[in-house]
Amino acid sequence: MKESVNKPILAVGPFHPLQEEMEYFQLTVDGEIVTDIDVRISYNHRGIERLSETLQYDQIPFLVSRICGICSASHPLAYINAVEEIAGITPPDRALYVRTIINELERIHSHLLWVGLGGHFIGYDTVFMWAWKYREPVLDLLEAITGNRNNYGNVKVGGCREDIPNELIPKILKELDLVEKKTDMLTKAILDDPVLHVRLKGVGTLSKEDAISYAVTGPTARGSGIAIDVRHDDPYAAYADLDWKVITQTEGDVFAKAVVRLLEIFESIKMVRQALKKLPDGPIAVEVKEIPPGEGFGRAEAPRGETFHYIRSDGGNRPVRHKVRAPSYVNVPSFKASCIGQHIADVTLTLAAVDPCYSCTERLAVVDGRKNVVHDYDALLRLSREKTARIKKEIGVPEIKLEDF
Amino acid sequence: MTEALQNIFWILVFPGFVFTIVLGLVACWIVRKVSALVQWRVGPPLFQPFYDVMKLMGKETLIPQDGQRAVFIAAPIVGLAGVLLLSTMLWRTTITQNDFVGDIIVAIYLMILPSLALILGSSASASPHASIGTSREMKLVMGYELPLVLAFIIVIIKTGGQLSLAEITKFTPALSISGMLAFLVSLLCIQAKLGFVPFDIAESETEIASGLIMEYSGPLLAVWKMMQAMMLVALPLFLVMVFLGGFGTTAGWPLVWGIGKYVLVLVLIILIKNTNPRVRIDQAMKFFWVYCGIALAIAIILASIGSYYDINWL
Repeated sequence: MKESVNKPILAVGPFHPLQEEMEYFQLTVDGEIVTDIDVRISYNHRGIERLSETLQYDQIPFLVSRICGICSASHPLAYINAVEEIAGITPPDRALYVRTIINELERIHSHLLWVGLGGHFIGYDTVFMWAWKYREPVLDLLEAITGNRNNYGNVKVGGCREDIPNELIPKILKELDLVEKKTDMLTKAILDDPVLHVRLKGVGTLSKEDAISYAVTGPTARGSGIAIDVRHDDPYAAYADLDWKVITQTEGDVFAKAVVRLLEIFESIKMVRQALKKLPDGPIAVEVKEIPPGEGFGRAEAPRGETFHYIRSDGGNRPVRHKVRAPSYVNVPSFKASCIGQHIADVTLTLAAVDPCYSCTERLAVVDGRKNVVHDYDALLRLSREKTARIKKEIGVPEIKLEDF
Repeated sequence: MTEALQNIFWILVFPGFVFTIVLGLVACWIVRKVSALVQWRVGPPLFQPFYDVMKLMGKETLIPQDGQRAVFIAAPIVGLAGVLLLSTMLWRTTITQNDFVGDIIVAIYLMILPSLALILGSSASASPHASIGTSREMKLVMGYELPLVLAFIIVIIKTGGQLSLAEITKFTPALSISGMLAFLVSLLCIQAKLGFVPFDIAESETEIASGLIMEYSGPLLAVWKMMQAMMLVALPLFLVMVFLGGFGTTAGWPLVWGIGKYVLVLVLIILIKNTNPRVRIDQAMKFFWVYCGIALAIAIILASIGSYYDINWL
């Protein structure tokens, strides 16, 4: 079958060396310039929300930590926050600190991972290998604390499963010093490289207005000058007790996002040090008898942005509804604003700069093989809104209009 | 008759095809191993590039349905032939010191052949990724050919109007300001010719999935790999002969000195490859035309003054 190509289309995906996950970016190109972009995801839908409704409250953290290997502390924590809100449980202080430490260690290794991948995307494999080598000790620390390099499975409703033994604290502090020294070297090398400046500055700029209208979160928003951070705005775990600042950059380009991530590594190291110093004595979990009927939501600042979990309980031992919204789900559509009009070389870098995590973002897509009908983003959004309206009607939520605010 | 047989032996075995391909694959291994050491990896074993080529030889060749079959198949062979001729010529000049008029010009022509073959082959493969790779390679060739030729003009000025490679190897133009500038610029041009970072724009893996050679597979891909391996011998060797005095002129131990110079150029290429990100195509063209152009214009003025007043270090 011979087909003439009408529009010059460059396919980034479904399998592309840019990223190892399944995603499809359809770039309409005019020479080297990208004139339009369409995103198609959901090549590997796993039905996490449905699965979660078949599991008991204590089993779900293990499931949601597998939504994403890198955010495998944030997802369970957001879920636990939701369940604890329903049940009105206050975990012991030590558990809150342990959760904070694990989440911040996760942020350090995730940001180092992104820095390495960012290097790889622009052909700078030396940065890739070095950053990943610096990341290894952090994974070793997580393994020493929880028993796993990823998918820690350390939180449970009412506390934590594994404690940080007091004997381990000097070792963690020592390793953190080394990580800080190496990251400092890497940061200086990256921020002073003139070729990197030429390559990253002014690329894939997401203006503050666009960032607000696309409701991006995490380092993507902070790189565009919006100081949102769940840890600061709605503190959970032990973040309210720690002294740290939200890193922002105003430029909104790839370089700003890189700077935000690199500087956040140092903030995280600072937070882990403080948390280890203040680590209170006592138990790490309280007994939880049952989860009463009700609904609750939990948020956590994952390395990529805000992770949101909603749980509805009918008083049984399983949730009747579990809704997950991962940060990449809102960050990915912002490509419409940041990619059009850029060079192909810049677009592939911009796609990677929000650190998208497709396994978090998977949504059900309906594909009819015969008619070649795909329910795209707009159609799914419409379906989602219709369903939300139906549920609201069922449970009798009063109508809320934007004008009321 | 015996002369014809000898010529065939020269082209096919020594110092042509077999000799260069073995050296080239070893050079490939050096590039991969040194890159690995810079990146704190272990790196491949010595025979890995050989295994890669052998394995590709045994794979199926897929030719795109919409592609131009004849051009698609011919292009890698044309490219390989060009590099083969170039390397045979360079080695013969090194070994026997024979020469014919116009050596350096022939070499410049032969050096363009692989790029042209790549452009031909990828434009015949009817793939959007390859077509973007093609346009990038064309722009890149236009970008670096001019500075490269200008750099060789400086060599010709420094050597008093010599065009023959055997004569040029008796001089060492890199030991002067203009010659050094020309050497550095042509080193960067060679980087682009070899398709290494920061100028691997036409093949950039994470953007257009190795664009130029995207549709190639099996033995044809192996031919491209062999061509690139042979370029890894021929192009640094050409720089050594033109700028660094080749193998012959240094007193005592000519072979050791020659190999040392070749390894020096190779290591410089590897270091540039490993300490830079990939640049964009417009940035690369601007770099070659504006910055390299200005540097070479200054170098040509210096070289002309130097040759007029007999000042060797200019």
